[in-house]
Amino acid sequence: MTRLRAWFLAPSALLLAALFLIPLGIICAYSLMTRGPYGGVSGPWTWDNYARLPDPLYLLILWRSLLYAAISTALCVLMGFPLALFLARSGHRRNLYLALVIVPFWTSFLVRTYAWMFLLRETGLINSVLVWLGILEQPFEMLYTPFAVILGLVYGYLPFMVLPIYATLERLDRSLIEAAADLGARPLESLFRIVIPLSRPGILAGSVLVFISCLGAYLTPDLLGGGKTIMIGNLVQNQFTSARDWPFGSALSLLLMLVVMLLLMPVLRRRQEGLL
Amino acid sequence: MSRWLSLYAVAAYSFLHLPLVVLAVFSFNSSRYTRWEGFSLVWYRAAFEDAQLGEAAVNSFLIGVAATALATIAGTLCAYGLWKRQSAWITTTLYLSLVTPEIVIGIALLAFYQWVFRFLSIQLGIHTVILAHVMFSIAYVVTVVGARLRTFDAGLEEAAMDLGATEWQAFRRVTLPQLLPGVASAALLVFITSFDDYVITSLVAGVDSETLPMVIYAMARRGFNPAVNAISTLIVFGLGVLILAGERLRES
Repeated sequence: MTRLRAWFLAPSALLLAALFLIPLGIICAYSLMTRGPYGGVSGPWTWDNYARLPDPLYLLILWRSLLYAAISTALCVLMGFPLALFLARSGHRRNLYLALVIVPFWTSFLVRTYAWMFLLRETGLINSVLVWLGILEQPFEMLYTPFAVILGLVYGYLPFMVLPIYATLERLDRSLIEAAADLGARPLESLFRIVIPLSRPGILAGSVLVFISCLGAYLTPDLLGGGKTIMIGNLVQNQFTSARDWPFGSALSLLLMLVVMLLLMPVLRRRQEGLL
Repeated sequence: MSRWLSLYAVAAYSFLHLPLVVLAVFSFNSSRYTRWEGFSLVWYRAAFEDAQLGEAAVNSFLIGVAATALATIAGTLCAYGLWKRQSAWITTTLYLSLVTPEIVIGIALLAFYQWVFRFLSIQLGIHTVILAHVMFSIAYVVTVVGARLRTFDAGLEEAAMDLGATEWQAFRRVTLPQLLPGVASAALLVFITSFDDYVITSLVAGVDSETLPMVIYAMARRGFNPAVNAISTLIVFGLGVLILAGERLRES
């Protein structure tokens, strides 16, 4: 068997080595080099790119990325848990309701972000309706604000929260809830003292998935945000395009990867539970 | 409590679906402004007559088909090999490729391509986009096909080999037919992801290989254009059908 297995693994192993591991290695090397006179990279080897990271401007962008990711994750837990609970208790139409969560999630991320541009812009639908109803005197710009970015992130990644929580709720031993009811617990009481504590693995897995996706977000802050909502993904992209400072961009992207890896540690240990 | 939960579900589903529904409704608006002035297909005609959109749609389709074919073959073989015996190296690398932020994958590939181009006289183009898509899709295929393999009875292969089949024949005639629904659903997943990708594609595409998401992005950036609503509605509808087909396959 071993020979056939080697042939079977070879194409993927080669592709991953050439197009993933080697490129990451190049980024590691570039992060230790100097920006060339025309935007390329050149010697000498240096730690300077990492030394530049603690600059207040970059720290602000990093802090903002962490903050937006944290707020979006919290909102996703609050909005996603009840939806997962609904799914777990939805009976015979469960597959339909599940599909209704999954389908928009897999349809074009770009189009879903664009839909919010269409709704939020100054001449967009929400402003038009609010003015027409007389709630607003005149339209105001909701697009290009932190509000729009966080809304876009929550909208984009909510299913990442719902699905793992649903997976834990579905496997929850129902007799525990019945036992609690027999012993006199009211529904809300058993929700807070039994269901929520027991669905912690799902909430944790969902939170990590949403948090790392938000942290690495590029398209959402790019389209829904403005100059004051730049996140670390936009900063990385900017270093590789207009700023043409590849060594610093490489250092930034390695920092982003490091944060993502650290966050994933607790979930990786739970991978055998089948949540990812 | 269940009544509150149902009410909440209505609100949550509205939040998930209404933006796309509104987008679709206004793609049929005869006015260019967000005021309903009557049903019209004028923006669909505008989208279809746009040469740039047409060219980009062809590119996206070609890239999607090529990436799907390559990633599905490589990923299915890989899933089978890993099912025979685990490989910590490959599993870890696959997992890493799945969780690395798209923007990091994009710039790393860009840096890699530029480095390779020092030695070879080729340029960014459709081929670099296809390779990028194949790379980030392998992990999806291995995940989906691997899940299918875990429900497969290894005894069937052993029985085939006891009856004189070679390893290859056992795989080809016994295991692979059982895996086909999983393989097909993985292929659909790859096509959808490839067709939709913007972040990585925009970094590794050349001047002659603009994809549909890249053109839509540029149009959305430039200002409001209802033709974008029309093309977006078509994409959502088309991908939606593919996703539902994929879900069916995975359940079967």
